[in-house]
Amino acid sequence: MKSLVQIENVGMSFETKKGSFVALRDINLQINEGEVVSLIGHSGCGKSTLLNLIAGLTLPTDGALICGGREIAGPGPERAVVFQNHSLLPWLTCFENVYLGVERVFGQKEGKAKLKARTMAAIEMVHMAHAADKHPGEISGGMKQRIGIARAFAMEPKILLMDEPFGALDALTRAALQDELIGVMQKTGATVVMVTHDVDEAVLLSDRVVMLTNGPAATIGEILEVNLAKPRNRLTLANDAEYTRCRAAIIEFLYQKQVRKAA
Amino acid sequence: MSAASLSLTANSSNPAPAAEPTSPARTTENHMTSAAPTTIAASKPAPKNYAEPIGRALRALLPPILGFALLVGIWAIVSMKNKGIPTPEVVWHAAVTLFSDPFYSNGPNDQGIGWNILSSLKRVAIGFGFAAAVGIPLGFMIGRFKFLSAALDPIISLLRPVSPLAWLPIGLLVFKKADPAATWTIFICSIWPMILNTAQGVQRVPQDYLNVARVLNLSEWKVITKILFPSVLPYMLTGIRLSIGTAWLVIVAAEMLTGGVGIGFWVWDEWNNLKVEHIIIAIFVIGLVGLLLEQLLIQIAKKFSYDSNS
Ligand SMILES: Nc1ncnc2c1ncn2[C@@H]1O[C@H](COP(=O)(O)OP(=O)(O)OP(=O)(O)O)[C@@H](O)[C@H]1O
Ligand SMILES: [Mg+2]
Repeated sequence: MKSLVQIENVGMSFETKKGSFVALRDINLQINEGEVVSLIGHSGCGKSTLLNLIAGLTLPTDGALICGGREIAGPGPERAVVFQNHSLLPWLTCFENVYLGVERVFGQKEGKAKLKARTMAAIEMVHMAHAADKHPGEISGGMKQRIGIARAFAMEPKILLMDEPFGALDALTRAALQDELIGVMQKTGATVVMVTHDVDEAVLLSDRVVMLTNGPAATIGEILEVNLAKPRNRLTLANDAEYTRCRAAIIEFLYQKQVRKAA
Repeated sequence: MSAASLSLTANSSNPAPAAEPTSPARTTENHMTSAAPTTIAASKPAPKNYAEPIGRALRALLPPILGFALLVGIWAIVSMKNKGIPTPEVVWHAAVTLFSDPFYSNGPNDQGIGWNILSSLKRVAIGFGFAAAVGIPLGFMIGRFKFLSAALDPIISLLRPVSPLAWLPIGLLVFKKADPAATWTIFICSIWPMILNTAQGVQRVPQDYLNVARVLNLSEWKVITKILFPSVLPYMLTGIRLSIGTAWLVIVAAEMLTGGVGIGFWVWDEWNNLKVEHIIIAIFVIGLVGLLLEQLLIQIAKKFSYDSNS
């Protein structure tokens, strides 16, 4: 497997009014092509910070991040982001929201018809064709997140970054969207880094689970390999031994080794 | 003509026509959802039962009607005590005759009230149009570039509290004519809310949207048309609404000083003719036009306000 992203000795500190705050230190991680990696850790440990570093939305204060052999110097469409709060532009329809990204990535090479077809294909992939001409204000939270995912996939990024993509959704919608995502990832073979709070979500979706220690100065505590065949089915997994083992390992890390200081 | 009407103010027994415009500084977050509450209650018909919606409409209309009745009552009492003030009845009859022929024209100094309102509105529109053409782009730049904002903020803070009428002599000096001078005053009073609200809107574009722009790597043109402009639009419309309100306040005073055709000049003229009933009519008309302008802009603003969180 080819390595796509290398994170080398990365540290991140923020300048605050009370002086410098070290959020992350000594992060070393390789992400391979086609791999699904999830980041898990207690609230405030620096998961979003790490994801934003890979996205290039912020630049590290120490070390370097490399994507496809080049240092990450800023954001770009080859590292698409699915934001936690969907971040669809409310004045554009769902179609136009997705089209905006498609046009940016493929606009130079392809004609309008092809771009529109791409956009529609992405929207159909998340089963939202019926709402393509609606504005984000007219559809539910789960639907908005689907469009957010469609927008990211439509750009055919090298790597897809998701910050708690389903965090704001209820349990049922969340499960439906996880299944949706499993299908989409299977079809596209995308490389994905996903931040999550949810142990089951991490095991269900990922090949590796990266567990972060508590902040400040958080770093990678453990990395867990999930050896489950894909595509996965949540019903058959419930009693699977490997699934249970992975789940237990994460829970032990989070609730024994990294006990959350009373919040 | 302007010099003649300016001399009117020299008569010290007359009230000085220094209308105090409400400060154009009411810029912050005056959100445009403050529609009249009565319309909401009245516009929900339930077809099954007629008694209920009618009752609700009556209940919604009752307080404003009572309020107006009280106003007219107080006015009637005052007019009985003070012979200088015409009674509501006299004013009503005067209004009926006045509005039976609003668009007559007997030379520049004797025109129907319709013409006077229209020429005031025209001045407001021109001054306001120039203010928008200058103020909105300037606001965008101030919002976008820290340096510009630091350079211009002190100047704006200094000039903004100045009554626009103080700029009228400068206008007369530069333009040598009354009409453009009045328009110039409108320009000055309209420009501040436009600059400040636009700049604030630009500074408040949600970081999420800008992050989307960064991840998609949109061109500067796309950023402006697809992200900045739509998210600043509601703020801009607030600025426009505030400017229009102030402009309408100021035009009356400016026209009193400059003369010509216009509702403000008309008020002054009727004062010199001692037709107080016409002045009272003018007060209602000015109020009504201001209200309509404001409502119009609220309706426009509603069209363009997006609920980004839903
Ligand atoms: N721009 C910033 N300036 C200062 N401190 C910051 C900044 N961004 C993040 N931090 C701090 O860095 C730490 C990590 O934040 P981060 O948002 O990455 O946590 P997280 O793991 O994503 O938390 P959550 O699960 O609640 O989303 C926090 O203590 C936060 O206060
Ligand atoms: Mg976070």
